[in-house]
Amino acid sequence: MKNKSLDTAEWDLRLYVAGQTPKSVAAFANLKKLCEEYLAGKYRIEVIDLLEKPQLAKGDQIFAIPTLVRKLPQPIKKIIGDLSNTQRVLVGLDLRARA
Amino acid sequence: MSNIAHRRDKAQLGSLEKCPTGIAGLDQITGGGLPKGRPALVCGSAGCGKTLLAIEFIVRGITEFNEPGVFVSFEETSEELAKNVRSLGFDLDDLVRRKKLAMDFVRVERSEIEETGEYDLEGLFVRLNLAIESVKAKRIVLDTIESLFSGLGNDTILRAELRRLFRWLKDKGVTAIITGEKGDGTLTRQGIEEYVSDCVIMLDHRIHDQLSTRRLRIVKYRGSMHGTNEYPFIIDETGVSVMPVTGLGLNHPASTARISSGIARLDTMLGDKGYFRGSSILASGTAGTGKTTLAATFADATCQRGQRCLYFGFEESPAQITRNMGSIGIDLQPWVDKGLLRFHSSRPTLYGLESHLAMMHKLIEEFAPATVIVDPVTNLVSAGLVQDVHAMLLRLMDYLKSRQTTCFMTSLTQSGHAMEQSEVMISSLIDTWLFVRDIELGGERNRGMYILKSRGMSHSNQIREFVLGKHGVELLDVYLGPAGVLTGSARLAQEAKEQAEETAGRVERQRQQTEAQAKRKALEAQIVALQAQLVAQDQALESLRVSEQAKATHEKAERQAMAQSRQADAPSKKGTGT
Repeated sequence: MKNKSLDTAEWDLRLYVAGQTPKSVAAFANLKKLCEEYLAGKYRIEVIDLLEKPQLAKGDQIFAIPTLVRKLPQPIKKIIGDLSNTQRVLVGLDLRARA
Repeated sequence: MSNIAHRRDKAQLGSLEKCPTGIAGLDQITGGGLPKGRPALVCGSAGCGKTLLAIEFIVRGITEFNEPGVFVSFEETSEELAKNVRSLGFDLDDLVRRKKLAMDFVRVERSEIEETGEYDLEGLFVRLNLAIESVKAKRIVLDTIESLFSGLGNDTILRAELRRLFRWLKDKGVTAIITGEKGDGTLTRQGIEEYVSDCVIMLDHRIHDQLSTRRLRIVKYRGSMHGTNEYPFIIDETGVSVMPVTGLGLNHPASTARISSGIARLDTMLGDKGYFRGSSILASGTAGTGKTTLAATFADATCQRGQRCLYFGFEESPAQITRNMGSIGIDLQPWVDKGLLRFHSSRPTLYGLESHLAMMHKLIEEFAPATVIVDPVTNLVSAGLVQDVHAMLLRLMDYLKSRQTTCFMTSLTQSGHAMEQSEVMISSLIDTWLFVRDIELGGERNRGMYILKSRGMSHSNQIREFVLGKHGVELLDVYLGPAGVLTGSARLAQEAKEQAEETAGRVERQRQQTEAQAKRKALEAQIVALQAQLVAQDQALESLRVSEQAKATHEKAERQAMAQSRQADAPSKKGTGT
């Protein structure tokens, strides 16, 4: 699931899921929509399925599923849940100031 | 302790499988360990030793039962943990290298996390599963899972997920310890005891009179008998030790074997043989009466028999005791070097009574001594209330009796108090009670000793003078006479006086004897003289008689001659014949 400008992406996002659960599917859809709207052309999303690569959970301190990790820009941010609340996701990604 | 295990075995034939923790004492009070393949909750306030107990459970599982383990921490990194437990001799890094231990640190930082919508803890499950599979773990620790509550906002999801987690752990068949911080009025802050209901162990760290004591209690244990008391436990350089003190019945064996007190004369006083093996002996007395010396003598005697002796000193350091005893010819150092004698000196105020008890218990288990010396028990009063000390000593003595270990205690009595009143009221627990006291007389102080009681043997009722010389303890007869009991120089003076009187009497008697003999001799001489006189008298008489006879004869002859001469005149021819 990689977007166009792979290596030069300003926004490096990782979505951790565990299998194709409704929550994961919803999270990915919500994220995709949001990125297209706010970060068109300058993001990439990597989806990591922990059922396939469980060893990756430790590195990013994942315990909740789904978890979105903003690797870039620094600092690292984490948003857990199905990303259904767009406003909160935008706050979490520092795309909008906290209310 | 073993009673419980025994009863359990009988009552529930193989119903609940247990997973031994390997922690000293804990397996005894749980009747074999934690419920196998189920989660157990260990809760308590901060600093009560939850994490340590959990780590020891994992480490002992690996080293003693060959059951690999997983340690998941929510509070400390793996490096920090490894560092913290290195002082206990647990090398976590090595266990990880040997693929026996998997460690994971789950960091839950609220400030880094934004929550939007539905989620679950599948990520945590994935990590736990990976860790368990990587070492084929049989045991797991989650320390402290409640951190999730402070990091995540949605309690409803968390509670549902925790319930699922514990179910999942059961299905995995791993024996788990979940730790939890003590809450306000609840066992844990978030009430996770609701989910972990098979076994709940509570740790407590109480301060009483500025002295801390750690205690452990099994709040519940489904489907198993368990000790219900609060058990003291200690954390020292070898980890956690719980002292399984239970209300032991009064059914310990009574040995008829006797052991020497180390003082020949005292053995004589104790029915010629000394103390009973496995009995409790108390030497009480006022300050400076030689209680420690009695104790050291007993220790010396134990070692001379080639048995081990454990000496708990609450007043003096080992070096001090050894030096002081050297001055009266008791050399303890060789026994220490040989490993027969072990000193353990500590201030009573170092920790609470329960901790002392647990420490003593642990050392006794470790060293397996034949005799134990507590010098003095009265000092323990500074570590607790009198009735607590009493209860503690009762438990210690029960324990020692069940082991058939002879216990020698000293007790300081305040001068002026009734002598039978030992400070901690342990007289009823004592089998043989020696009493050492001062006898003040003639401007000096001497030591006297007698046996206040000695159960089950005929013993002397005499006071003996107790002398500390160059060769240890000596017991001497005191002077008993019209002037009362005399000791020390008064005794010596009295003895000298008696000797002088005796000498004078002897001289007088000799003089009288000589005089009588002289008189007798005089009488004998008189008898000889008188006899001589008698003889002379006899001779005189004889000569008188002879001369009388001669005279009569002569007169007759004269008369005849006269008659003859008269014959011419008168016819007396016929008479003469011629």
